[in-house]
Amino acid sequence: METTGYTTAEGERLDRTFAALADPTRRAILTRLTRGEATVTELAEPFAMSQPAISKHLKVLERAGLVARGRDAQRRPVRLVGKPLGDATDWLAGYRRFWTESYERLDELFDELKAEAAEPVSISKPRKDAPP
Amino acid sequence: MTARTLKITTPSEREIELTRVFDAPRPMVWQALTRPELLRRWYGPHGYRLVECEIDLRVGGSWRYVVRAPDDSDMELQGTYREISSPARLVQTETNNDCDAAAGIQGLTTIELTETNGRTMLTSRSRYSSRQARDAVLNSGMDRGVSQAYDRLNTMLLSELPSGEPMAGELVSNTSGQPASSINGR
Repeated sequence: METTGYTTAEGERLDRTFAALADPTRRAILTRLTRGEATVTELAEPFAMSQPAISKHLKVLERAGLVARGRDAQRRPVRLVGKPLGDATDWLAGYRRFWTESYERLDELFDELKAEAAEPVSISKPRKDAPP
Repeated sequence: MTARTLKITTPSEREIELTRVFDAPRPMVWQALTRPELLRRWYGPHGYRLVECEIDLRVGGSWRYVVRAPDDSDMELQGTYREISSPARLVQTETNNDCDAAAGIQGLTTIELTETNGRTMLTSRSRYSSRQARDAVLNSGMDRGVSQAYDRLNTMLLSELPSGEPMAGELVSNTSGQPASSINGR
């Protein structure tokens, strides 16, 4: 088994994050919040849902650490919290990094191979075994 | 299309596809993929080294790579060539002996090269026996439980969040801060 680098507590938190993301209404709420914080009333507007129903979704998102509520007692605006989503997507990062960086090195190899191919006429890198 | 942009997609629940354009003619790309002395010069992330590279480039022939990480740990990959059509198409099996072999995971990878105006597009599609096997590969080194939510998350990333929005950027960001669905090589 590979070392995961993730503790059980972190794993449980990720489970909550993904469970929260599994619902289309909650994803739509998150999408709305990318444009800035909003009150429950504002969030409920686009949905054929009562405010209590929206509040229920917000609680799930809040427990998953995806959103936070403001302190303003009247409005209690909802805003996005980025970190858990970052964790949830980091798991692909190793695979992506492997190929992004390998292919960057491949770009450099091609530059070198093309320079080598052009070498007989290059003045910057004279060949030791260049014909007289 | 922008050159030097890596795209990673999941065309089906059992597949991973990489797409990348290189500023090089197709025969040169083919050689870089099939000649050990060239593979040693690029294969692996920065700081990693391909310390062993054996290639028997014929149908039924085997290949074996050992990639050494900066912490001196090794990862061994190996497989068999199934189809060789120089310089256009290469089909090979692959197993990561250090991550996936214990779980019996083997991928079948088809690499296709197409050249346009001196630039070559590389498409590498890997197919696995199940979604779980594919996700284990994508997810190597990470908590296995996370991978089960991959498709839900992927669906959200691809279809629901408007690209360019701050959240989309955050969701798909990698260490370099580039969008994940299209990583700019530079």
